[in-house]
Amino acid sequence: MTTADAAAQAHESSTVGPDPSRNLRLESLTKAFGRFTAVRNLDLVVPRGSFFALLGPSGCGKTTTLRMVAGLEEPTEGRIYLGDDDVTDLRAYKRPVNTVFQNYALFPHLTIFDNIAFGLRRRGRKNVDDAVDKMIELVELGSQAGKKPGQLSGGQQQRVALARALINEPEVLLLDEPLGALDLKLRRQMQIELKRIQLDVGLTFVHVTHDQEEAMTMADTIAVMNSGVIEQMGPPSELYENPATTFVANFLGQSSLIRGEVVGSGTSELLVDVHGSKIGVDQKRAHVHEGPVWVGVRPEKIYISAAGEEDNAEGNTVGGGTITDTSFIGVSTQYLVRMPWGEELNIFEQNTGARPVLAPGTSVDLHWARPHTFVLDAEQDATAGVETVDDAP
Amino acid sequence: MSAVTEVGTEPEPAEAEEPIGRRRYTGYLLILPGLVWLALFFLVPFYSLVATSLYDPAGTVFSGYEMTWEWSNFNTAITENWQPLLRSFLFGGLATLFCLLMGYPLAYAIAFKAGRWKNLMLVLVIAPFFTSFLIRTISWQLILADNGFVVETLQTLHILGADGRLLNTPFAVVTGLTYNFLPFMVLPLYASLEKIDPRLIEAASDLYASPIRGFAKVTVPLSMPGVVAGTLLTFIPAAGDFINAELLGRPSDSMIGNVIQSYFGGGNNYPDAAALSLVLMVLIVGMVLFYVRRAGTEELL
Repeated sequence: MTTADAAAQAHESSTVGPDPSRNLRLESLTKAFGRFTAVRNLDLVVPRGSFFALLGPSGCGKTTTLRMVAGLEEPTEGRIYLGDDDVTDLRAYKRPVNTVFQNYALFPHLTIFDNIAFGLRRRGRKNVDDAVDKMIELVELGSQAGKKPGQLSGGQQQRVALARALINEPEVLLLDEPLGALDLKLRRQMQIELKRIQLDVGLTFVHVTHDQEEAMTMADTIAVMNSGVIEQMGPPSELYENPATTFVANFLGQSSLIRGEVVGSGTSELLVDVHGSKIGVDQKRAHVHEGPVWVGVRPEKIYISAAGEEDNAEGNTVGGGTITDTSFIGVSTQYLVRMPWGEELNIFEQNTGARPVLAPGTSVDLHWARPHTFVLDAEQDATAGVETVDDAP
Repeated sequence: MSAVTEVGTEPEPAEAEEPIGRRRYTGYLLILPGLVWLALFFLVPFYSLVATSLYDPAGTVFSGYEMTWEWSNFNTAITENWQPLLRSFLFGGLATLFCLLMGYPLAYAIAFKAGRWKNLMLVLVIAPFFTSFLIRTISWQLILADNGFVVETLQTLHILGADGRLLNTPFAVVTGLTYNFLPFMVLPLYASLEKIDPRLIEAASDLYASPIRGFAKVTVPLSMPGVVAGTLLTFIPAAGDFINAELLGRPSDSMIGNVIQSYFGGGNNYPDAAALSLVLMVLIVGMVLFYVRRAGTEELL
């Protein structure tokens, strides 16, 4: 208890905001369950005050990582630091870390008020009324304080779970798929709400999710996890525009990956031969620089035109495709184009109304700007991360 | 277009056409066997018991009984037997307490710590029921016998005096009651502990509750329905029991069950026996209602 109190006091007296001395740091963290290694040699720094997302398919080790930070799971190897304090061997109830559980885990026998006051009371705070009322206000549950969790809707329960964790002003707030049980509309609403609250209170949020859109909406930094390791980490836009592995390219949004061979390498550009067409790539976006590669481009970056109709001297062009399917989906039209080498590529085009929709069977050329191209290691599986996006956790 | 029209005019699902009348009576039909059973084996005997308690005590089985509205039967029953009555509640209460103290850790261990041994342990809790209640109680005579291992060991250790004994003492009666009713405590406790979501216990520890405080603030309150059910299932039959007092106790330590049994059996004193049975029943129902109110688990009844 004493350590938690000391840490809590230290926290209360410190000013909220970016303070590198209170970063969450994981050092070569490993967790094995028998023969299965859930988390492998993980190194990670979560800056104080950031909204950090651990994104990955179910079973990738993200929840295990979170549970180790919470103290609910003991690491097989490695250390966990909060600032300079090594908390690896600290029991869960002594850590200045709180969790919003996946199914909320609200105490069914306590009222909303008592649920939210639980943490403060366990730490020996005598007068909790003001703090609890303020927190109930923050999550907009004013009239519900006397009810039991079973009487609330899913969205309200979610907010109680959030309030119950936030009121303790933890150094790090852990969110384990907090919106997983909500319907789509409510989820969108809560995403914005969560982001607002995070900015309000300025605490470090570590958010575990399998929903890439949710991660991109809320997080400052995303770490994409797969099979116990972090594949890539960075701001959402960077991850999206410049994925480092096929898994990230497919798991975060969609990608068209085409087989190519590096034929030339300049200082700023790489030249790749793609089934006869020469494609230029920024060196910054090339994750391999020789031999067989995957040339990748996001489907919405591709400009589709009837064969030979448009010239794209500055950019990359691949010709010889035939539209096999045209789906109109309101804001955009989705084309499926069969390339001469047999691969089918996805192309999204915004429905601006400026151009007519192309019918299936049309011969087309595909164009895109050089900066939108990325190059990945051909050793990697081109389908890694595909279709797991919508898997339930 | 025609397809759409067809879908629209498709006949209503078959269930809706079934006569509503038949359905209305289904519920009553289903509870009919239960009602008949209750009427035959509860209402009729209960009426007969109440009637018997008001018969003229001067009657005998041979000469017959007369209905004389003898309310004084209750007075006699209580004034003559308040000691066994009190003793019953004391012994029953002690046995319930010991069952709770032993049964809670056992149920907790089975629910949370037994792992793959869970089913085996549950079977072991129930296994004694495969032997007759009488045989098991008589076995305690052997265990607690004056020249038995337990008494001799305690005498060697000077915990028990040289002529001290265990059999035919209140201790033996409470021991027997505790032993015999322990499964009635363990099973409901297990059922309610097993239902507790382990994530709630994790949440408590995440919210700064040490294991002991988490247990007190989360596990115990959530297991209250099991505690209430277990104590009721133990206390009610234990307070009315007469086998344990008969086989393990002295006549001077007799419980109310023994008195009722002797009135009905050898004494042929049906009116007093019936009056005493009703007194016991009213007292227990009163205590149970009070207890359940206090425990805040009305939904149990």
